[in-house]
Amino acid sequence: MASLKELRNRIASVKATQKITKAMQMVAAAKLRRAQAAAESARPYAERMERMLGNIAASVTPTPESPKLLVGTGKSDVHLLLVCTAERGLCGAFNSQIVRLARERANALQAEGKTVKFLCVGRKGFEQLRRQYEKQILEVVDLRAARTLGYEHAADIAQKVVARFEAGEFDICTLFYSRFKSVISQIPTAQQIIPPVFEQKDTGSGGAVYEYEPDEEEILGELLPRNLATQVFRALLENAASEQGARMSAMDNATRNAGDMIRRQTIIYNRTRQAMITKELIEIISGAEAL
Amino acid sequence: MASFAFELVSPTRLVFSGEVEQVDVPGAEGDFGVLAGHAPFITPLRPGVLTVRNGSETKRLFVKDGFAEVNQKGLTVLAETAVAVEEIERDAFATAIKEAEQAVTEAKDEAARWQAVAAVEQLKAAAAQVGAGGAAAH
Repeated sequence: MASLKELRNRIASVKATQKITKAMQMVAAAKLRRAQAAAESARPYAERMERMLGNIAASVTPTPESPKLLVGTGKSDVHLLLVCTAERGLCGAFNSQIVRLARERANALQAEGKTVKFLCVGRKGFEQLRRQYEKQILEVVDLRAARTLGYEHAADIAQKVVARFEAGEFDICTLFYSRFKSVISQIPTAQQIIPPVFEQKDTGSGGAVYEYEPDEEEILGELLPRNLATQVFRALLENAASEQGARMSAMDNATRNAGDMIRRQTIIYNRTRQAMITKELIEIISGAEAL
Repeated sequence: MASFAFELVSPTRLVFSGEVEQVDVPGAEGDFGVLAGHAPFITPLRPGVLTVRNGSETKRLFVKDGFAEVNQKGLTVLAETAVAVEEIERDAFATAIKEAEQAVTEAKDEAARWQAVAAVEQLKAAAAQVGAGGAAAH
């Protein structure tokens, strides 16, 4: 049985850990509020952008000359998986969930005989994917230095993707991120961004024919890369909010577990202490009786 | 005067949303004014000042990199940069112009060079517009 001193040390160390997890939970809660506000205020832009693109896409009949970013290359041999994860751990299953989804997709595609390539945003996802797909990872984007996520970061990533697409490195690009639903629920999501998939819904144009200035092709040429950046930006913001939410609930759990452990250890400590006192008493009494 | 719905959205927030009477937008091929009942229309933006008129009220906003879309429901402007003229940071402008000028000297072919020159011109014009607007506001 552990000595009293050992037990005391163990309790002290669990208490110290509990303080840390508690602090992390509170920091995550504060950051979550900001991240959630940012994610929510970015939604209108992404939605309007999608709607506008949908309107134009619907009015353009696909021809071989149509922009490749819109209609695709016509093949689906090489897939690029753009996996967005966090830079830090200690946030429950947040990173693993996204990676698991990406890995399942990658394995399914490879089973069909397609080539899969990765572009990782965030260190954690890269570390997990590296074990299995070391050679297929084209690039890692590190956002650790970024204090606040800006549109520039997303624009940078989108530019990299477009450059690779134009160089013919892949045919289809899918974006993986975690959609923020609530603090306790984040949904890992896969979204195909090249060529974009439009949900069929009311576009607000009422079937009207738009006038374009200068012309469709040129507008699409500008709109498509921007749409890509917007989608990436949205993914990054949703991810940021999800990460903080996941961390908050993970740390809440950890704090609670630490509390339970302290309670159990304290009971053991008290029992041991009482047992020792009883033992000493018995020794004194039996010593006295022997006289 | 008849009014219509106008929305100005930037990637980070919904900058403006509401009923207005007239909006003057700096389109890539020239400025255009939108009134209620404008024909469906889509165009990219040029860096410049967007003016919102509602009765006697006018609001001037600087917009850069984006698109304007007019449909039956109204006008939607998507802009990567959208700030009220009064809140613009002059220094940011100076750096943007410097960067654009840098692009001119680095351009590889004639077409790229012309594009870069045009960008510089547009930025300078916008800066002049904003500068005048800023002076009037004080």
